[in-house]
Amino acid sequence: MSEQNTKVAEPVIEAPAGHTTSKANPLQNLLKGPAGRSLGLVIALALLFVVGAVTSGDRFLNFENMLTIFRYASIIGVISIGVTFVITAGGIDLSVGSVLGLTTVIASLTSVQMAATQSSWILMVLVALAVGVVAGLINGVVIAYGNVVAFIATLAMLVGARGLAELISGRSTQIVTNRDFLRVMRAEVLGVPLLIWIFVIVAIAGWFLLNRTTFGRRTIAIGGNLEAARLAGIKVKRHLVYLYVLAGLAAGIAGVMMLGRTTAGTSTHGLLYELDAIAAVVVGGTLLIGGRGTIMGTVLGVLIFSTLTNVFTQNNLDTSVQALAKGLIIVVAVLLQQRFAARGPRKREKPGLRKAA
Amino acid sequence: MFEEDQPRPLLEVRGLTKGFAGVQALKGVDLQVLPGEVHCVMGQNGAGKSTLIKTLSGVHQPDSGEIRWEGKPITLPRPTAALDLGIATMYQELDVVDGLSVAENIFLGHERATGGVLHVKKANAIARTLLKRLGHGGLSPSTEVGTLSAANKQIVSMARALSRDTRLIIMDEPSAILDSGEVSNLFRVVRELTAQGIAVVYISHRLEEIRQIGDRISVIKDGRSTANGLNVTDTPKSELIRLMTGRDVENVFPERKPVPVDAPVVLEVDNLELFGHFDKVSFTVRAGEILGFAGLVGSKRSEILETIYGARKASSGKVSVQGKVLRPGSVTSAVNAGIGLSPEERKSQGLILDEPIFKNVTLSTFERFARGGYLNESAERGAAREQITALELRPADPDRPARTLSGGNQQKILLARWLVHGTPVLLLDEPTRGVDVGARAEIYALIRKLAAAGTAIIVVSSEIEEVLGLADNVLVIDDGKVLTQTKASDIDEHGVLDLVMKGSAA
Repeated sequence: MSEQNTKVAEPVIEAPAGHTTSKANPLQNLLKGPAGRSLGLVIALALLFVVGAVTSGDRFLNFENMLTIFRYASIIGVISIGVTFVITAGGIDLSVGSVLGLTTVIASLTSVQMAATQSSWILMVLVALAVGVVAGLINGVVIAYGNVVAFIATLAMLVGARGLAELISGRSTQIVTNRDFLRVMRAEVLGVPLLIWIFVIVAIAGWFLLNRTTFGRRTIAIGGNLEAARLAGIKVKRHLVYLYVLAGLAAGIAGVMMLGRTTAGTSTHGLLYELDAIAAVVVGGTLLIGGRGTIMGTVLGVLIFSTLTNVFTQNNLDTSVQALAKGLIIVVAVLLQQRFAARGPRKREKPGLRKAA
Repeated sequence: MFEEDQPRPLLEVRGLTKGFAGVQALKGVDLQVLPGEVHCVMGQNGAGKSTLIKTLSGVHQPDSGEIRWEGKPITLPRPTAALDLGIATMYQELDVVDGLSVAENIFLGHERATGGVLHVKKANAIARTLLKRLGHGGLSPSTEVGTLSAANKQIVSMARALSRDTRLIIMDEPSAILDSGEVSNLFRVVRELTAQGIAVVYISHRLEEIRQIGDRISVIKDGRSTANGLNVTDTPKSELIRLMTGRDVENVFPERKPVPVDAPVVLEVDNLELFGHFDKVSFTVRAGEILGFAGLVGSKRSEILETIYGARKASSGKVSVQGKVLRPGSVTSAVNAGIGLSPEERKSQGLILDEPIFKNVTLSTFERFARGGYLNESAERGAAREQITALELRPADPDRPARTLSGGNQQKILLARWLVHGTPVLLLDEPTRGVDVGARAEIYALIRKLAAAGTAIIVVSSEIEEVLGLADNVLVIDDGKVLTQTKASDIDEHGVLDLVMKGSAA
């Protein structure tokens, strides 16, 4: 069996026409690159905007509403960017929503808030981030050094972190009283709320980290072929820990944003966010098996879902219908991607199969 | 087992061919199986054994050629067609369902039932008879198969074959999952079967085994029959090996350059040991020297290489590069000290297939080109382009995904990776596997050139001829033991095989 597999996978290929012409047609080139992969998402988003504009007119198409869409996208967006890294490396993090909840609870504890009042509001931020990092560190160590499957390890964290948050908060809502914190979180820069700026900055930083740094290269290499990465001398285990810490850190940042938006910490914050994040990442075009990740795609994925919610809300449609639409979008997006993925490389690989397909 | 006036063959295969997208797996295979004989089919990995089995069991359809069953031409459009005729196949990865009982597994797919209601007692009774026929009456039909050993699962699989009134059983490397005690039991069962007139096609590449169990042998090489129905008793092992590996294409090995006497020792392996795999191994490799590991499949050559590299953690002993002792079980330590590995499985262990050539070339060095974590892709591309030119890698486009390259060019990517790194030690595991003959000569020349530039190289290959032609010095390895260390020019293929056979006979 193996003999035949190895043989079949041994294509001796002539140069495919069109691929080598990297300078021939810049537009074509752009469409074939990552931008092209995102093009479908841009079109989908544009369609949603058209639907919104047609059904709700000016109520939809105004600056305030655009801000609403982005504000709605911002928290889940930050989480999704963290998750993008983990998934690009071939992993998964189911715990981000719970960890978000835990960070809001611990950062809004009376003791923390009192200490923050005496020193600075930044203390609350630091506490939230630290909680996220520690949760991610535990995930990473259990996965990389304990050799526990990521799905199971982060599922345990999902359940455990939520439980811990309930225990600490006694299931009560902890109001944020620190005025400085609230003032900063409600601030606007150039007429745009801070929450949106945080999302934008995290997205840009994430894009840079994934595409322009050795950290990103390691991430993609591990997701593309873990064994080859290991045998090339990359410290795979250590990097896996960093990745889950990064996802935890993103959950911590999202926790801070959540505290600012809702002015309260509670164990129910971030419920099911992990699923929204994974949906956005996958719809965005990041491969669930790893090896290819796109921050741009994730951002578009998040925006598609938040725009969808906005359009539905504007039209007073049932949230159940909205959930149904979300499900459809996920399936259709992934089906389309698989078609593209199958068509792209396979066409080059096995010319003989084209007729059959 | 059969007389000189040959009985009519049960199964006859003539000129079978089968191609898959771009690869011709079978190029003309002949086979005659007589009733009640154990017919061994031998061949190296990739020879086409598995494709042959699948064609005979109705999984694949042949492109051309003829299959005759008791003299009548037949087609096997699907697996059940083969089963209905009486051809059962025991695959290497046993196709039993762990959660079901022994009897349920035996009748899987042809349950004893009336209107969907199972006759449990009846099934158990028949199962018991079948197991008894196989000399395993002690195996209870109601036992859950998941609790059985691999050997007993095979028995269940064979009982299933018997339950269908089978006349021919194809066994795909049945001994691969068994220990030696279990293997002799398997042989006993196989003889029970043949005594009842059932023919067995026994696939294996273990020579000793075939000697014990087989009546006749057919050999396949590169999808073609090289021998047909040889008598086991009067075919020497060396002849079988020649039939399996014999190369009809002349290899062009580059000329050896004598390693200077004062060349420094670069790699020193001292009493390296990995329990369960290989015993204490010691040797040194000097700058400019090519050391070859010669031995058959299963001799643990690759394991030794991977342990030197730290991909496996040594039980004891040490490896040092230019006097620096490596941390056992740490690839990073080996890479930092200056060892590069081109692994056996190029695709699954060496390359990130969807990434461009240049990123594959710089996979172990990209941090060197980066500044403060910021990647410098144009510098990486430049370094890759240099190697592409030096190694004549085709296509010469650093942005082409590695997947689209031929085996030889993918191998060059791995060489390029370590050339960029500048490692003084290079470990090459099967550097020409899946590489066509023309490209081989090119790779040999490259390896020799690297040695001439002062790199210490170890080459592992299952092709003894390749090791002997390429290396300066050779370690002959069998079953995790170094049998001898000698100059490559002082030994030939027969010498190596003699040593290996003496080793395995002892």
